[in-house]
Amino acid sequence: MSKVDELTERAEKAREKKAAYGPDIPLESYTSKAPAHEKVQTLKMLPTNYQNQSLGVGVDASEDERSGSFFQLDTSVVYSKTSAPNVEVLSVTEALDKYDWLKDYWWKAVAVDADKYTAQAALEFSNGYFIRAKAGAKTILPIQACMFLAQESLSQNVHNIIIAEKGSELHIITGCRTADELSHGIHVGVSEFFIKEGATCSFTMIHNWGPEVAVRPRSGSIIERDATFISNYVCLKPVKSLQMYPVFRCVGANATALSYSLLYATEGSHMDVGARVIMEAEQCKSDVISRAITNGGEIISRGNLTALHRDVKGHLECRGLILGDHGRIFAVPELDGAVPDVDMSHEAAVGKIAEEEITYLMTRGLSEDEATSAIVRGFLDIEIKGVPPALQEEMRRAVHTTEGIGL
Amino acid sequence: MLDIQNLHVDVDGKSILKGLDLSINEGETHALFGQNGSGKTTLVLTIMGFPNYRVTEGRILFKKKDITHLPINERARLGIGLSFQHPPAIHGVKLKDLTEIAAQHGNRAFKTEEVAETIHIPPDFLTRDVNLGFSGGEVKRTELLQLLAQNPDLVLLDEPDSGVDLENIALVGETINKLLDRDKRSRERHKAGLIITHAGGILKIVQADKAHVLVDGQIACSGNPGELLNDICELGYEECVKCPR
Repeated sequence: MSKVDELTERAEKAREKKAAYGPDIPLESYTSKAPAHEKVQTLKMLPTNYQNQSLGVGVDASEDERSGSFFQLDTSVVYSKTSAPNVEVLSVTEALDKYDWLKDYWWKAVAVDADKYTAQAALEFSNGYFIRAKAGAKTILPIQACMFLAQESLSQNVHNIIIAEKGSELHIITGCRTADELSHGIHVGVSEFFIKEGATCSFTMIHNWGPEVAVRPRSGSIIERDATFISNYVCLKPVKSLQMYPVFRCVGANATALSYSLLYATEGSHMDVGARVIMEAEQCKSDVISRAITNGGEIISRGNLTALHRDVKGHLECRGLILGDHGRIFAVPELDGAVPDVDMSHEAAVGKIAEEEITYLMTRGLSEDEATSAIVRGFLDIEIKGVPPALQEEMRRAVHTTEGIGL
Repeated sequence: MLDIQNLHVDVDGKSILKGLDLSINEGETHALFGQNGSGKTTLVLTIMGFPNYRVTEGRILFKKKDITHLPINERARLGIGLSFQHPPAIHGVKLKDLTEIAAQHGNRAFKTEEVAETIHIPPDFLTRDVNLGFSGGEVKRTELLQLLAQNPDLVLLDEPDSGVDLENIALVGETINKLLDRDKRSRERHKAGLIITHAGGILKIVQADKAHVLVDGQIACSGNPGELLNDICELGYEECVKCPR
């Protein structure tokens, strides 16, 4: 049996397989087919409202301060370009045609039969991106990629491959969002990351879905010796159901995985978001940091550090803030040490804003609402080392433009 | 400037202030002595408008306006400023940002970095989360920095010298003098101040006009700050209270 047939068979068997976490989404109520969209020569040729909406998730049509761009509208890749030497940005379909070796990476970091959503991405595949920094290539300006969902009831099933070759440095910002007028849809996104020896990759993902949209990202990463992967996830806008639990495998000595997530759930939003780091070699390091705020919605914030090798170090931090009288935050920090001589810790705290903090700021002239906003913004302001200032700024902007947080 | 009449205050259902009267005129600085638990901090937090400090009787007039039931921020904007004894740490809110917010309602031309340097606040402090991991002395100096930006007409100082090391005590005192116009001639002074001090050390540098002793929620005695402090030091609070003065 060929490799492709084998993957298809495994996916077929997993078609009905429910995910380990999150409410089950009936995929039959969506279609995976969408009319093709024409390619554009520049992002400025996209409809203005799409350009403006993408800006809110860090994708800038002017392409200033970016070294490459990718834009997928529904199932069509309408734009891909890079100005950085030795960095490739292609549609993954194109890349599969171009590089025979790419099949060795396909479904390597994520299991095709993990659940019905990975199966859907394999069987009803609707493109995705391929971003690769060649060995030694270093780009400080980020590559931007946008997954835009505009067609009603579409299941956008993408599969992305990101490769940072030996000694390279790559920064990516991915913005995912639905058109304002769309009410019903699902995004299934498989992303596989390969961070090779001595490479550094940061991946910042900003999501802005609709209140009736379901989202099932499925991410896996393989981090080699002396490599660093920084993953930032920001979701501050309403979403019906978001469930993701990316897995970071540190397979080489001195590999580092850093995961940061900022979540804000209003009434009607359900988010089940976690991160798992498996440390499989000596001197691996990991940080899993999350900040979750509920203003009526439900957030399950998971974290898991697993040590399979001696001499590794990891820290897990879940902080939750409950605003208002409704909403729920369920923090689930897990540490799993299977060998001696490991150093793993966690801290979790869930509560409301301390009254004394609000009154303190009020003595400096802020109103109660302004004081609350300042504290909430501060809560979400986590300093992330190794991420270029432009991306820090995008994260800050996402926080500042969120209703109920920003001023 | 401040006129407190027959003030009764409850905290968590417990009566703390029991008919307190106090007037502070423009240009005057008063010191407030009292044992732990006598109600000193309750008084300043009530003047500032903290919601847990419930006024059950009496009223507070500031610049002839009844502020008894105004929220904290409106009192701040009217010109009341407070230096906390133990302010909370706030994650993610930077000292510089908060100082500049205070300046928006006060001294709009305030130059945070320049002033910070004069009161020995290193530049990296300005980008730190406010009060997070600050020492006692650092807290007091950064509180004063915010007050200088806010430039209030009535300055409430709750134990401004506690935790301040000897090296910085003169600096803190001189900064308070500046805040309270004590560096100006008496007829040019417009600021009013109320300084809570347990040990009275700060009064060696900040010359108060008048002092009061608070006992069980009432002003038991008022007079010359130096004399009162001497009496307290010599005789203790209990004897001081018995004095018929």
